[in-house]
Amino acid sequence: MTRSSTGFSVSSTLTYDDSVTERTRDYDDIPGTFVFDGKRSRAGYALNSMCMSLNQPENREALRADEEGYLDRYDLTPAQRDAVLQRDWIRLLELGGNIYYTFKLAACDGMTFQQLAAQQTGVSEQEYVDMMLAGGRSIEGNRSRASQQVGTDHG
Amino acid sequence: MAELVAGVGTSHIPAVGVAIDKGTSGNDYWAPYFAKLPPARAWMAATKPDVAIIVYNDHACAFSLDMVPTFALGVADRYEIADEGFGPRPIPAVIGHADLAWHLAESLILEEFDMTLVKSMTVDHGLTVPLSVMCGQPDAWPCRVVPLAVNVVQYPPPTGKRCLRLGQAIRRAVASFPSDERVVIFGTGGMSHQLQAQRAGLINTAWDARFLDLLVNDPEAAARIAHIEYLREAGSEGIELVMWLIMRGALDQHVNEIYRATHVPTSNTHNGLLVLENRG
Repeated sequence: MTRSSTGFSVSSTLTYDDSVTERTRDYDDIPGTFVFDGKRSRAGYALNSMCMSLNQPENREALRADEEGYLDRYDLTPAQRDAVLQRDWIRLLELGGNIYYTFKLAACDGMTFQQLAAQQTGVSEQEYVDMMLAGGRSIEGNRSRASQQVGTDHG
Repeated sequence: MAELVAGVGTSHIPAVGVAIDKGTSGNDYWAPYFAKLPPARAWMAATKPDVAIIVYNDHACAFSLDMVPTFALGVADRYEIADEGFGPRPIPAVIGHADLAWHLAESLILEEFDMTLVKSMTVDHGLTVPLSVMCGQPDAWPCRVVPLAVNVVQYPPPTGKRCLRLGQAIRRAVASFPSDERVVIFGTGGMSHQLQAQRAGLINTAWDARFLDLLVNDPEAAARIAHIEYLREAGSEGIELVMWLIMRGALDQHVNEIYRATHVPTSNTHNGLLVLENRG
């Protein structure tokens, strides 16, 4: 295993061309968003495969019965394993998790998608539900990090 | 020959399926949304299509990161309901139309759309919730289904332009299918929503309204919307809207807008419903 410049563990059998994977993308400045591109997919393959396995009821039972033992079946990085055990939903996305996959872990815990969304955004479930009932999170101020920076610099 | 008569655009929000399956569609949260469905369901019942081509995306059920086909056409006779991680929905299995699907496969690939052909797969909420939205809770679905799964989970999805052109090719393929069947096409997913990370809960109704207007009246312009605009304005999951362009491409240049309804919120999403008919 080697370390890429992002800190992700990657298999040494992959030729990881940082000039491609690290180049700037037009979507990089969207705040609070992890676009699931090739870089994230490669970093998150084992993590997402573990989550996908929870489509089978026997695997859900196995994870609930012995989570550490279940995670041993997958080649997770230590950081990914820790984020799963901690249910650190944002960290899981940072480490290559995809939301449709990580939701399967949340569902295995009995959570709804709104409960997961609330935990990701750091508010209570009721606060999140109330925000949605009031029309959702506004696009104003949430288009780009640059526009947010202007606001905070003057704050 | 078969005829493509109409298109339906609809979100495919899992919570809508749960509300229908659990019988909670009449409660305070759900009643305002479900009150908007009867005109669309009445249209569906009156139109009585023989076949629905349903353009949708799989959400880590039939496909995983092991294989990510951009356009996957179901050529099976039958599709079972997926267990997405919390048990399969209690709904009828989906009956396919292998004759039409194989005809579409041959026509589309020879028109240079390199389809992946799928003989065995389950279908998840992306396909089944639109059926529930339009058909309610029948003992068996009222039409046969050809699934067309589009990758919108692994970036990059196909471009809007490619989707519109694929829809146009589907129209030609249906028109050369030797039967008298009447076909509708569903484009599903969207509208604006973001499920992931700190921007979760994003809704942009003004952008969605503009998208629907363009989709109906100027599909070539809608097809020029770049991925970055979907991601930024409609949210990271709002990019599912490219699938509505496949539906639109399969219709006439000028269409009749039969019905349009939108609703905020449905779970995390701006829920859209659109029915378009060819002028014939």
